[in-house]
Amino acid sequence: MAQADSRLRVRRQDSITLVEFIDRNILDEANIQSIGEEISTLIEAESGPKLLISFSNVDHLSSAALGTLITIRNKVRDRSGQLRLANIDPQIYEVFVITRLHKMFSIHETTDDALKSFE
Amino acid sequence: MSHPSHHPRYDVSVMLTGDRAQIDQIEQDIMARLEQFAYTKASRFAVKLSIEEAVANAFNHGHKHLPPGVPVRLEYSLAPDEVRVAVEDQGPGFVPADVPDPTMDENIEQPSGRGIMLIRAYMSSVAFSGTGNRIEMTYKKPAPKA
Repeated sequence: MAQADSRLRVRRQDSITLVEFIDRNILDEANIQSIGEEISTLIEAESGPKLLISFSNVDHLSSAALGTLITIRNKVRDRSGQLRLANIDPQIYEVFVITRLHKMFSIHETTDDALKSFE
Repeated sequence: MSHPSHHPRYDVSVMLTGDRAQIDQIEQDIMARLEQFAYTKASRFAVKLSIEEAVANAFNHGHKHLPPGVPVRLEYSLAPDEVRVAVEDQGPGFVPADVPDPTMDENIEQPSGRGIMLIRAYMSSVAFSGTGNRIEMTYKKPAPKA
């Protein structure tokens, strides 16, 4: 499923697509764009997609990465899907709080918690 | 290219070309120095995020209508008690007050517009000068917890 030059690890668990980032820093604009495109392809591959994005390896992300997450959220919503975020480092979670995006996303402490939350 | 001789108060001045490897190396050097100065992980996170956002704004907004390769100036001074950073682009500038508040309900779904608010949230002071094409920001190391 993942491309050769992918910045993502993607696996399926039942009907859920789990995405993890390979990079510790999600800052580079070109990378962010390709991550957005790759996740969009996953979303568009099905109706009612169930997508779980784990930030377990991520130390830094930029506002451009937040923008891409918003676009992903909107695409999932447009296809009547469900999006969950998990394993967000406390410092990065603070970025979500400052920007009020923590209210916009369904954020879970662990992957297991997030998996259980799908309807 | 104008060299701002009226801003001599930064220890380091670098011209950024937009090359990711260059900015990564500079940030790595800054983070290593701040670690030596006993800045906490949270402090280093704040400084790195602010540099990232200011440089991204300079290239993506300031230089939007300029040919690729026009450099952005990054200046900084690192001290045990504070970090000062300036980022200056060669674009037309902007009015910071005109940037919509990205946390308002009507803007919350916009994919862009969060960089400046993050810088303001993380840095101790932020000022724009020139036509808005230069941002100067300071991070003061918090006093250690008693």
